[in-house]
Amino acid sequence: MTKVKCAIIGPGNIGTDLLYKLMRSDVLEPVWMVGIDPESEGLARAADLGIKTSAEGVDGMLPHVLEDGVQIAFDATSAYVHAENSRKLNELGVLMIDLTPAAIGPLCVPPVNLEELISRSVMNVNMVTCAGQATIPMVNAVSRVQTVDYAEIIATVASLSIGPGTRKNIDEFTRTTSAAVQKVGGAGSGKAIVVINPAEPPLMMRDTIYCETAETPDQEAITKSVHEMIEQVQKYVPGYRLKNGPTFDGNKVAIFLEVEGLGDFLPKYAGNLDIMTAAATRTAEMFGTEILAGRMELKAIAKGLAA
Amino acid sequence: MTQTMESQIKGKRVKLHDMCLRDGMHSMRHQIPVERMVEIASGLDAAGVPLIQVTHGDGLGGSSLNYGRGMHTDEEYLRAVVPVVKNAKVSVLHVPGIGTLDELRMAADCGAGCVHVATHCTEADVAEQHVGLGRELGLDTVGFLMMAHMTPVDALVEQALLMESYGAQTVYCVDSAGYMLPDEVTARIGSMREALQDETEIGFHGHHNLGMGVANSLAAIASGATRIDGSAAGFGAGAGNTPLEVFAAVLDRMGVDTGVDTFALMDVAEDSVLPMMAKPPRADRDSLTLGYAGVYSTFLYPAKDCERKYGVPARDILVELGRKRMIGGQEDMIEDTALTMAKDRGLMGHNSKGDRAIA
Repeated sequence: MTKVKCAIIGPGNIGTDLLYKLMRSDVLEPVWMVGIDPESEGLARAADLGIKTSAEGVDGMLPHVLEDGVQIAFDATSAYVHAENSRKLNELGVLMIDLTPAAIGPLCVPPVNLEELISRSVMNVNMVTCAGQATIPMVNAVSRVQTVDYAEIIATVASLSIGPGTRKNIDEFTRTTSAAVQKVGGAGSGKAIVVINPAEPPLMMRDTIYCETAETPDQEAITKSVHEMIEQVQKYVPGYRLKNGPTFDGNKVAIFLEVEGLGDFLPKYAGNLDIMTAAATRTAEMFGTEILAGRMELKAIAKGLAA
Repeated sequence: MTQTMESQIKGKRVKLHDMCLRDGMHSMRHQIPVERMVEIASGLDAAGVPLIQVTHGDGLGGSSLNYGRGMHTDEEYLRAVVPVVKNAKVSVLHVPGIGTLDELRMAADCGAGCVHVATHCTEADVAEQHVGLGRELGLDTVGFLMMAHMTPVDALVEQALLMESYGAQTVYCVDSAGYMLPDEVTARIGSMREALQDETEIGFHGHHNLGMGVANSLAAIASGATRIDGSAAGFGAGAGNTPLEVFAAVLDRMGVDTGVDTFALMDVAEDSVLPMMAKPPRADRDSLTLGYAGVYSTFLYPAKDCERKYGVPARDILVELGRKRMIGGQEDMIEDTALTMAKDRGLMGHNSKGDRAIA
């Protein structure tokens, strides 16, 4: 069966976990992985798995993109280099799935707005943050039932699952997530809180979502919508579970979740990282299905016009 | 010859930092009226307290469903208080992950002169941006290592060095759970003092859950701390902070120079702070449990709420939160834990409404 060929930029933990997920896909086939460190363990591991690699970054892969038929690229590097990576690959007609906080393209939370993004044939989508992927489906599950004036999310992650990049830029992390809770989740305003817990053994990712509805909450409809949305997320993150709630206190709706990762390359407690790679894979698969069916054509973005 | 406590601290100069308008916000569920804040801050200033903290109990941006909404915004409080304080510096608490850099800029614009950048005791590296901005804004910038009992002394020192490397001019050992005993304070402050540069100040922030606020603060001074947090009338999370007027009186007798007028401070505590609250903080069984089990002091009131709502004793909830090694900021896990315990104990069915729980 024909698959859509993919490249991964960034051979770190996220990139490697993505690689494992792509290798299992019925729709996608990983063919390239690039990094900037010739000594990278991730690149060596990919090469062992039969993937073409380059330690020259995206530039090392560019001359081969067309002949190798790469159509989708995942960027798991940093916000600082994403814009250049995206421009270079968009010019060759490659769709970018952005796992960095750069957010040049529209924010994507698969069960909430992926269909709409596919219908617009966008060439770059951003995967928000792990906290956003875990909580925005729940905000949307409430806001699609009735108006949510305010939504607040608290994401608690294990210390070992948060790398130096996020730590240095925790402010961007909370602000990007707050903005997405509002924009993609559909709340009037949003707030995000992040807690990093160092307990040993590491805690599984926990997420709490509070929504304040404009009118008295329709408990039955919201509960049903929440359960349906959880099933949608479980299609790509089987360990996405409701621990408690929804509870209702006046107009406040509270939902308590746990996110267990698949444990592909990353440990299971790092559900926060797994939900990012799983959502990115899910997004690429949905685009890939459209491409294979001939319903979507990737168009090279002319030089100078790319984001 | 045995060294007495007095011989170790006599003649030292120590800066007292009042917390009743920030940590005390927990005691008041963040509902202190602006005019009360102004009155108390003026009183503290007139009593010669050099540093006065004014923020939501959970710091800038803390006003939320998770931590409780403030009666006013941080900006409203700061704009009202800063202009009436003549000699003292107004400080703010800032927890990366809760507050954002924009909120810190706002506080500086309001005239705040000092910031406590707070992280859990093992996570100092999330504070780099915020400590950096504090310095850039010209604030007296403090690295505030919370729940310091949860990590070994050597590890705490490493984190203190990180805070210093980001530009913190003072680093605190924070006993957020009111769990430490004097020897534990001595070990931590002493090791921090040895490791940090001479010009970096060391601070201690205590809670009174085991009644050790004053004793621990003395131990901290004896081992090198020059800044001590306390709170007029002991207003603060859990059983409150080190009662500042009590501590000032003790320091007077021991010959430590604080520049504070002890009688004037007593009057602020008695006449302005105490009348605000129907039930002032004390070491009741739940607060005592915080100190005994090493649990974050601000969990107290939400745990009591959950006891009323779900019929699980607050003490049981707090012990379970301690067992699960929950840390500052995880207030959402109080209701989650109470719900799970209520289900396990057959007090409620799955997904049933909390307010219908049969206790």
